[in-house]
Amino acid sequence: MAQMVDDDPRIIEFDVRTDEMLVNMGPQHPSTHGVLRLVLRTDGEIVSQVESHIGYLHRCAEKIGENLTPRQWIPYTDRMDYLAAMNMNLGWSLTVEKLMRYQVSEKARHLRVLIAELGRLASHLVGMGAYGLDLGTFSPFLYAFREREKILDLFEETCGARLTYSYLTVGGATADLPPGWLEKCEAFLDQFTPLIAEYHSLLTTNAIFVKRTAAIGILSEALAIDYGCSGPVLRGSGVDQDLRRDGESIYTSMYDGYAFEVVVQKNGHYPRDHAYPPVPREAVVGDSWHRFYVRMLEVVQSVDLIRQAMDRYSACRGPLGEPLKINEKLPVGDAYLETECPRGQMGFYLVGDGTPIPWRARARSSSFSNLSVLHELCRGCLIADVPAIVGSLDIVMGEIDR
Amino acid sequence: MADFLIHTGGLPDWIAWAITASLAAFFILNVIAGGALAFIWAERKIAARIQDRLGPTRTGGKFGWLQSLADGIKLLTKEDLMPDGADGLLFRLAPYVSFCASFAAFIALPFAFDFVGQRLNVGVFFVIAVLGLEVFGVILAGYASASKWSLFGAMREAAQVVSYEVPLGMCVVVPVMLAGSMDLVTIGEKQAGWFFQWYLFHDPFTFITFWIYVTCAVASVNRAPFDLAEAESELVAGFHTEYSGLRWSFFFMAEYGSMFLVSALAAILFLGGWNGPVPVASLLGLSDGSGDTTGYFVRLAGCANLMTKATLGVLIMMWVRWTLPRLRIDQVMTTCLKYCTPIAAVMFVGAMLWTLALPGGFFRGLGRPAGEIREGWLLGPGGMSLQVQKNGEAPPSSSRFEQSESPVSQVGL
Amino acid sequence: MRGSSFLEKASSELPGAIIGSNLEAIDPWIEVVAERIAEVSQWLKKTPESLFDSLECITAIDWFEPDAKKAAKVQWKPHIEMVYHLWSTVARASIVIKTNLPRWKGDVVGQLPEIPSVTGVWRTADWHEREVFDLSGIFFIGHPDLRRILCPEDWVGYPLRRDYEMPLEYHGIRAR
Repeated sequence: MAQMVDDDPRIIEFDVRTDEMLVNMGPQHPSTHGVLRLVLRTDGEIVSQVESHIGYLHRCAEKIGENLTPRQWIPYTDRMDYLAAMNMNLGWSLTVEKLMRYQVSEKARHLRVLIAELGRLASHLVGMGAYGLDLGTFSPFLYAFREREKILDLFEETCGARLTYSYLTVGGATADLPPGWLEKCEAFLDQFTPLIAEYHSLLTTNAIFVKRTAAIGILSEALAIDYGCSGPVLRGSGVDQDLRRDGESIYTSMYDGYAFEVVVQKNGHYPRDHAYPPVPREAVVGDSWHRFYVRMLEVVQSVDLIRQAMDRYSACRGPLGEPLKINEKLPVGDAYLETECPRGQMGFYLVGDGTPIPWRARARSSSFSNLSVLHELCRGCLIADVPAIVGSLDIVMGEIDR
Repeated sequence: MADFLIHTGGLPDWIAWAITASLAAFFILNVIAGGALAFIWAERKIAARIQDRLGPTRTGGKFGWLQSLADGIKLLTKEDLMPDGADGLLFRLAPYVSFCASFAAFIALPFAFDFVGQRLNVGVFFVIAVLGLEVFGVILAGYASASKWSLFGAMREAAQVVSYEVPLGMCVVVPVMLAGSMDLVTIGEKQAGWFFQWYLFHDPFTFITFWIYVTCAVASVNRAPFDLAEAESELVAGFHTEYSGLRWSFFFMAEYGSMFLVSALAAILFLGGWNGPVPVASLLGLSDGSGDTTGYFVRLAGCANLMTKATLGVLIMMWVRWTLPRLRIDQVMTTCLKYCTPIAAVMFVGAMLWTLALPGGFFRGLGRPAGEIREGWLLGPGGMSLQVQKNGEAPPSSSRFEQSESPVSQVGL
Repeated sequence: MRGSSFLEKASSELPGAIIGSNLEAIDPWIEVVAERIAEVSQWLKKTPESLFDSLECITAIDWFEPDAKKAAKVQWKPHIEMVYHLWSTVARASIVIKTNLPRWKGDVVGQLPEIPSVTGVWRTADWHEREVFDLSGIFFIGHPDLRRILCPEDWVGYPLRRDYEMPLEYHGIRAR
């Protein structure tokens, strides 16, 4: 290992070398987002090598999935990416529906878009706040949580839970929205939208923030694809891919008729970037700043999509449709589906053998792939950059360890 | 006071001095420790308000004003932990070194004219030097903890504080040069009058120097955005990772003590010290130099003035802390070595030349009779020397002993 | 270029490697010889028409029924099915590669079945293969650093095998 490091020409050689030191960052560390353990090989403040150790939150959810029906497994998907549980529910439900070739009602479709985008909003708010925390500023975290609480209040009204919802389920959703919910959601969006500028001034355009994130942890386009990165990490590297537009038809058809632009830098410009703080000169495509910026712009995008979904949802008449029976028999065959979750492309794989219980349930985690690129990003950075890079990947350990 | 005891009480000298010193130490320790507690409470409330929270609301009734005391009791009752591999003696010693360094510096800090534990003719030097000793405690803590995170924190602290001493020292030299004295009481005294007599408004160079001083002071007491030694998102808690209970609270007290100290120093050096923006006392014909009761009350008012200014400084540090992200170590060093030091050097030269060209400052003659301008610049044969002539009648001194310095003190440059 | 024509091209350029396919399935798949998985992967990644430059997921499915009564009814013989899900960021298309392995190498219980590693093709395969090794017990030939990733390093057994039994205790902690 040491040999490999020494031979790497990308590592800055210093004339004065101190003894190398192995430092354990985590699993109990304030900025490893849960129970990630990073072993840093450091030469003074410079990190020459990072090795991630994961699995501290491993529950073998896939084994559990082999013993439960798909609808019974929904609560376990909640506990994967617990910050965006709605999106996890949706991904698994769609996978099961894909295998069963089931089509949800029009109303359920718009409800799903509405809820999934609200979930994305809630998740990105945590991502943003926690990133500020990683860089040593505490206040944006609480501003973000203040708004997230309001989203959680809305979610609580739909299903009674604030974190692990199990709301969207196979065949639609467990219940329709309660009366008056749309008005509350509308009021929240009206109140929330002007606050985005506040977040930009505290973080995105803050001189120290830019200094800490611009040109730090640069992930090239090729490397991002090679490591299977996805979501804002991939788009932050300039790859124009968003499964809501480019994914499989069962997923993209959910967004049929919705107007949105994929947030990615094209020809040096982000979509609608004129309305938002300009990209600082120091920032390079693929660095931590861009990953953060993509998330911030996706917040705006989600607000837009929520508004569209509310209009379409309220235009739909008739019932939402009942979810499928809990012990519905699965057909023989397999289906794999990836959906665009806040942290990237979350894939579920389902193998049915004619019984209600799947033969194999598999979860492909987006954070898992996003994290695997960390050792490339952290080579030669400073210790203080490690939290800045890990934070910009916005990982959730529950999803990585499953 | 010692004079009083010796002459009136008839006590032997050494007992008189010991009693006087203990009293002074007692006052300083308690005022500053009480102040630190108040600042800890204020920090909680301010952080909370900045973050749209309430902060402590219940302990001690309204506003949770007993929160710090409750914290203190909690810390006292906590288990005192020490890692197995730690260097026991140094580990135990470190918090006290920090604490002592931070609090000892208050000895020479005047709270008003002659409200000073020990008036020193090199007061500035003493305060800066003793404050610099605080870093020893931090390094010892980091080294003795047998934790890599602590060691990182300590090394950062060492690098940072040693570097920031340079521009900090340069900034401090500017008012010293203008006042022609290193005695903090003299420096404060020179800024008496309206607020434009403050060294902050002396000339454009001192104005900029003040901001450099603020930056360096924040850095030298390890407050955000320069709190790298305890960077909680990187180094867990930096140098005090392994500390708990009372020892940890000593570090905490030292931090707040130092914050108050550098703010008070800023107030004395640049913001007129104990002189208010409007010279109410002198407009009323009162003098803080007079030895009678009026003088005492004027000085008390001056003390309140200084406290207000220093507290404002501390509050601003808190405001900054809860707003800005933390810098990285190389950026901290760059800020110091590439920006603060050269700018401070230029400001020093600028202020010198300005004073040479326009003695008395930007607002010279304003609000003060021309005859009262006390400074005089002389170019000595051996190079530039700063000559200070005391006003004909020296203020009646009520200090423990007579000023030992000669009427003309020379600071070779 | 979709479906059958792509398959024809693949078959002609990689003779003998592709032994089955189903383009009508929910997710169209091709079946390849296990020993040639790395070669096929390399071809799929480099072929200009497809450029499957992203490996999304590696799954091992244990086709084994521990219950003898149920095992008598099943249609298949016990084996492990490896499923690779690929995605092309250029063509925005996906493909599934399937391949079969014996449950144990040479049918000796405890000898892990072997398959060439695709870490040389996609670097993301590093962690994915470690996960499959950890949970399903497949040995990847040529993997640079094949260690357990999710389970502790001294864990015994492969949890996603159908005949896996949770140990009674682990380092004094009750596990079952």
